[in-house]
Amino acid sequence: MSDVVEKTLSALPSLLSLDSQAGAGKLSPSSKLGNLIKGITELTSKHEEETLIKKELESIKEQVASPNTTMRQMKEIMVRAIYCEMLGYQASFSYIHAIKLAQQGSVLEKRVGYLAVSLFLNETDEFLLLLVNTVLKDLQSTNLIEVCMALTVVSQMFPKDMIPAILPVVEEKLTHPKEIIRRKAVLALYKFYLIAPNQVQHIHSKFRKALCDKDPGVMTASLHIYLQLIKENPESYKDLTGSMVTILRQVVGGKLPLDFNYHSVPAPWLQIQLLRILAYLGKEDQGTSEMMYDVLEESLRRAEMNHNITYAILFECVKTIYTVHPKSQLLEKAAECIGNFVLSPKINLKYLGLKALTYVVQQDANLALPHQMTIIECLDHSDVIIKRETLELLFRITNAQNVTVIVEKMLEFLRLTYNVWFIQTMNSVFSLGGDVMQPDIPNNFLRLLAEGVDNVEDRQLRLFAVDSYVSLLQGETAKLPQRFLQVISWVLGEYSYLREEESDPGSVMRLLARLLDQRHTSTETRSWVLGAMTKLCSSPVYTAIYWQNLHCYSTERHWLYKTKCLSSLFKLYLTTLIFEVDLIISCLSWLWCCFIPQVDSSLSFLDGYVSDALAAGAAPYKSPHQRQEDLVQEKALSLEPYGLSLPVSLSSCSITDRRSPTLLSMSSGLSGNSTELSHQEGSTTLKLEGVKRVWGKDGYLAQQQSAGETPTPLVELPSPLLSPQSPPSQKPSSGLEPDQEKRQLASSLFVGLGSHNSVCLVRLPSTVWLFIKNCQSANQSNVVKSLFKPFYINSCQSALHNLLDSTTVASEGGAATTTTPQQTSQRTLDHTTSNGNPHVEGTEQRVEAGGPLSLIRGNGMVAVVPPRDLPLTSHLPAELSGLARSEFTPLCSDQDSSLALSACRVYKEDALVLLVFISNNNDSALHQMVLQLTCKELEVYIFQTGLNNKVPLFFSEIPVGRSRNQDRNTRVSSNRDLEKPRIFCESFRNFCSPPLTVSTGDYGKMWLSFSHDLKQNLRLVTTEHQEPLTATLDALKGKLHLHVVDIIGSEGIVACRLLQGPGQGQPCLLHCRVHADSLAVWLRSPVPELPDSLLYHCQKALTET
Amino acid sequence: MIKFLLMVNKQGQTRLSKYYEQVDIEKRPSLETDVVKRCLSRKKEECSFVEYKDFRLVYRQYAALFIVVGISDTENELSIYELVHNFVEVLDKYFSRVVSSIMFNLDKVHIIIDEIIQNGHIVETNKNRILAPLLALDKMAEAH
Repeated sequence: MSDVVEKTLSALPSLLSLDSQAGAGKLSPSSKLGNLIKGITELTSKHEEETLIKKELESIKEQVASPNTTMRQMKEIMVRAIYCEMLGYQASFSYIHAIKLAQQGSVLEKRVGYLAVSLFLNETDEFLLLLVNTVLKDLQSTNLIEVCMALTVVSQMFPKDMIPAILPVVEEKLTHPKEIIRRKAVLALYKFYLIAPNQVQHIHSKFRKALCDKDPGVMTASLHIYLQLIKENPESYKDLTGSMVTILRQVVGGKLPLDFNYHSVPAPWLQIQLLRILAYLGKEDQGTSEMMYDVLEESLRRAEMNHNITYAILFECVKTIYTVHPKSQLLEKAAECIGNFVLSPKINLKYLGLKALTYVVQQDANLALPHQMTIIECLDHSDVIIKRETLELLFRITNAQNVTVIVEKMLEFLRLTYNVWFIQTMNSVFSLGGDVMQPDIPNNFLRLLAEGVDNVEDRQLRLFAVDSYVSLLQGETAKLPQRFLQVISWVLGEYSYLREEESDPGSVMRLLARLLDQRHTSTETRSWVLGAMTKLCSSPVYTAIYWQNLHCYSTERHWLYKTKCLSSLFKLYLTTLIFEVDLIISCLSWLWCCFIPQVDSSLSFLDGYVSDALAAGAAPYKSPHQRQEDLVQEKALSLEPYGLSLPVSLSSCSITDRRSPTLLSMSSGLSGNSTELSHQEGSTTLKLEGVKRVWGKDGYLAQQQSAGETPTPLVELPSPLLSPQSPPSQKPSSGLEPDQEKRQLASSLFVGLGSHNSVCLVRLPSTVWLFIKNCQSANQSNVVKSLFKPFYINSCQSALHNLLDSTTVASEGGAATTTTPQQTSQRTLDHTTSNGNPHVEGTEQRVEAGGPLSLIRGNGMVAVVPPRDLPLTSHLPAELSGLARSEFTPLCSDQDSSLALSACRVYKEDALVLLVFISNNNDSALHQMVLQLTCKELEVYIFQTGLNNKVPLFFSEIPVGRSRNQDRNTRVSSNRDLEKPRIFCESFRNFCSPPLTVSTGDYGKMWLSFSHDLKQNLRLVTTEHQEPLTATLDALKGKLHLHVVDIIGSEGIVACRLLQGPGQGQPCLLHCRVHADSLAVWLRSPVPELPDSLLYHCQKALTET
Repeated sequence: MIKFLLMVNKQGQTRLSKYYEQVDIEKRPSLETDVVKRCLSRKKEECSFVEYKDFRLVYRQYAALFIVVGISDTENELSIYELVHNFVEVLDKYFSRVVSSIMFNLDKVHIIIDEIIQNGHIVETNKNRILAPLLALDKMAEAH
C-alpha cells in the first residue's frame, strides 16, 4: 500500500465518524434523515429502536400521502424509508411512491427513485411491471444520464416477461458512441442472459463485437457474459482462447490507460477474470492449454510487486496453471510461488497460500511436502481460521497411514472452536468409516461434544448436531453404520431438549423408536437407543411413546433388553416419582401386567457376573434357609460378619451418567468392540508408533542430515519438487525438542505422500471398490471417498491377516465346545424338516438344493469361500475368528466335487452363528454366484465384502432378536468363559436320559449339598383323570425323561442328570409343590447353568402340552 | 460471487447494506448482527477472512467503520479485500471534495456501489468511471 494512500486513509475516519459534526454537506445533519441517523446512533436498546423507527415510519407514511409533498422532499423521504428497511422494518407503503419518484422526478430524484426500487423490490415483485414504461421512456431519452440510470436499473432487476419490450432499444445501445452507454447495455444484456438465456440467443454475435470493442470497459463488461457462457459450455468457445490470451497479454503488458491501474497494477480484477476464463478453456484440453502457457508464465513473472493485489492475481494464476493441462516447468514455478505465500509473515497471504495448497494437493499430494513445517506451525496457529484452513488441507492429503493422526487433529480443533463444519465432516467420516474406524474416534467425538461450559456456542453446536442427526434419521437409516447410530442415539438422548421449543417434541422419540424396530439395528445399538429414550422421557410428552416401546421390548427374550428395560424403568420410576403420581400408578400397573409375569427370575443375565465372582474366589451364594442349615450343621456361632456376596450389582445396567459419555459403555464387556472402547477412551495423545516414516528418506530429515553431516547428493531425491532451497531447511531450528516433536508429527501427517507410497493411492483392487460402493451413502463427495479408499484396503488386509493368525486359537475354541459335528448336521436337518425349506443355489456351478444342504437356519451366517487349498479356518469372518466354534463339518458336495458345502457353528455372545462354507474345488475362479437363502420364519439380510481381489465373500447375518427360542440355550457370556463352558444343549432330551435314579434319602442328602438353586412357578397341566401334580410331572417325565423320585401330597421330587458335555453326569434336582393354580418348582444342581436351562425346557415342555 | 456488502460502525449498527442474493428483510438484522459479531471479535493480527455458514466473509476496518463483504466459496478473498479498499478510495475521492459525512449520503454511497458491483460481480474498478455518472448527476442537480 503506498504511503500516499495511507495518509489519505488516516484522514478518512473523520469523514466516516458520526461524532464529527463538522461535515455539513448538501444534506445537513440537522435534516430529518440526519436526525434519524443521530437518533439511532444514540440508542441503547432494541426496544428503543423499535419505538423510534415506528414513529419514523408513521411520519413517512403521513408525508408520502400528502399531496403537497414535492419530489425533492419525496427523495429525502425515500432515503429515510431505505434506512428503515435496512434496519429490518418493512416500509411497503412507500414502494409505490418510489416508482412514482422514478417516473416523475428530475434526474437526481429519478436516480434515487430507481435506487429505492432496486433496494425495496425483488425480481419477482409485481410492482416492477409498473416500472417498465418508465424504463422504456428513459432508455429513449436524449439525456444520457437518464439512459444510463435506466440501463443500470435494468441490469439490476427487470421482469423476465417484459424483456422483449425493451430488448431492441437495449440492443441499439450497443452501438452508441458513448462507451458508458455501450458498457451498460452489455451489462443489461448479461442480466437478460442470466434470467432468460433464450431471449438473447440471437445476439451472440453482438457479444463478440463487444469483446472486440475499442474501449476496455466495454470489453471488460462482455467478459462477464463470456465467463458464464464458457463455464456452461467450454467446447463452443475454444476459438476465443487466442483473443483472451491476447487481451491478457495486453493488460499484463500495461497497454491499458493509466486510470485502469490500481496501485500501479494494471486492471487487476480484469486480469483475474481473464485467468478464470482461461482456466475453463484450458481444462483437460492440451491444445488450448498450450496456447496460454506463455501468457500464464508472463503473468507469474510480472506479478512480482509486493502488494496484496498482485498476490490476488498470483493466486488466481496458480489456480489456472493447476487447472489447465499440466506443463511441468510452469507447475514448478507455480509451486515456488505458493512458497512465497505460505512463508509470508502477512497472515492474509498465509491464508491464501494454504488455500492454494489445498487446491493444488488435489492434483498432486506431494506438493505439500516442501511446506510440511509451515503446515505444522499453522496447525497450532492462534487464529482459528488459519487452523481450519490447515485442517482442510490435511483432509485433502489424508491416506491410510495418516488418517488417525489427522482425525485426532480435527477433534482437537473442535475442542477449541465449536464449528458446524466439523459436525458435517464428522458425519461423513462416521457414515463412511463407520464400523471399521477405531472405536476411540466416536468416543472422543462424544466427549468433545459433552465437554465445555454450557455457553451459547456449545449449545449451538450440540443443537446443530441434534438437528443434523434428526434429519439423517428421517431419511434412510439402513446404510448408517452401527457405531454412527450409537453416536446419534447418545447425542439425541443428551441434547434433544435443546430443540424442544421449536418442533414437535415427540418426533425424536418416534425416530428412535423406529430405529428400535428396524432389523438391521444391532443389539448393542438397540441398548444405546433405549438409553437415549430413557433420558428423553424426563419430559412427559415423550413418555407415552416410551411406554409403548418399553412394553414391546420387555417382552423380548433377549436379556440385554431386559436389563436395559429394568434399568430404564427404575430410572423412570425415580424421575417421575416426585412429580407424576398418575404416572406412577400407571407405571406400577403396567409393570405388574406386562413385565413381572415375564421377568427372568432366574436372573440369568447375572450369570456372567456370578461366574466371574466365583472364579475370583468368592463364596457361592447360599439361600437364607441353606445358610441356616449350614449353621445348624456347624453347631457353632460364627462371630465373623457375613461376607455378603449377593449378586445384586447392576454392573451391566447402571444408569448412565448424564454428562459423561465415557461412562457410556453400558454394555462394556458384551462385545470385543465396546471393551476396546473403554480401554482406549483415555488416549488422546497422538499415536505415532507404528506409523511408517517413509519421509525420513526423501523429505525433511534427509535435508537436516545433509546440512549437518555428509552432503547427501540431492540429485538422487525422487521428488523433483524438493528443490535444494526447500523452505524447511532454511528455517533456523529453535529448540531441539519441540522441533523434534513437530518433525515427528510431520512424519505422521505426511506419511504416504512420498513417491513410493503414492502408488497405493492409485491402484485399488476392484473388489474393495465394490465394498465401498455398498457402504457409502449416495451423496458422499468424491473427496471423502478418496479419503477412505486406502482406509478400507487397510482394514481388509488386516482382517485377512487376523484370519490367518487365528487358526491355532480357533482349534482351542473348537475343543471347548460340546456338540460334535454329527450333531450339528443332525440338528440342522431336524430343523429343516420342521421349519421352512431353505436352499442354496449357484448360477455358474449349480448346487442341488434340498437335503443336507438345507441347513441355513437359526442365527446363521453363510459364507462363500471358493479356494480349496486354504483351511476353512482362514475364511472365518474377522469378528468371528476369536470366538469359540465347533469343528468344520463337511456336509455335501456335488458329483464331481467341484463345489462342496461345509458348516460350523460359532458361539457369539448373543447369538449362535451358523457358518456355511461353499468351497470351489475347481481351478477356475468362481466369478459370480447367486446365493439364495430361504427361511420361512427368519428374515435375512445380506451384506457383502471382498476378502481379496479374486474371491467374493458373502455372509449374511440373521438378527438374533427374531428367533426367540434360540438365544437362551446358545448364550456364551464372554470369551474367557471358555474354560468353564456353559451347557450348549440343542435338545434337553440329549442330555437328560437315562434318568437319574435316586432314592428319597439320597435325594435329601444331595439336595443339601448342591449350591446352585433356582425357584420358579410353572403352569400346571390339568387332565380329567389325574391329579394336576401327577399329570404335570408325568408330562415332564414323558417329554424330558426326568425321574420322578416321589410324590407326597401336594409335593413332588424329581431328579435328572446331564448326559454329555463338560458337566457330564452332573445331577439336577427338582422340588415341586402345588401352590394355588401353579406349580412352584425349586431346582438345585452343582452346575450353575443347569437349573436355568432345565427350567427353560420344563416351561417349554409344559407349554407344548 | 459477492453475496452482500455491509458497512457497520464499531457498535455493530448497520450503516449500509446491499444484498445480491435474496434475503428476507426480517432475517437481515439477525444475519448482520451475527456477521458483525464474528468480524468485530477478531484480533488485529488475525486474518481478514472468516468462514460463515456456507460462505466466507472478507472484512476491512477503517477507524470506526467496518466494511464486510460476504462472498461465495469460489471467490478470491484477497481480490475482494482490495476491492473494498478501492471502494473506500473512491468514497474518499468523492466525499473529500464536498466535505461531507458518508453516512448522511446513503443514496450516493449506494449509487457508487451500483457502479462497482452488479449482480454480485465486479463490473467497474476504474475510479474515474465509477464516479462519472454521479458527478454528472451532481452537475445537473446544481444546474436546476
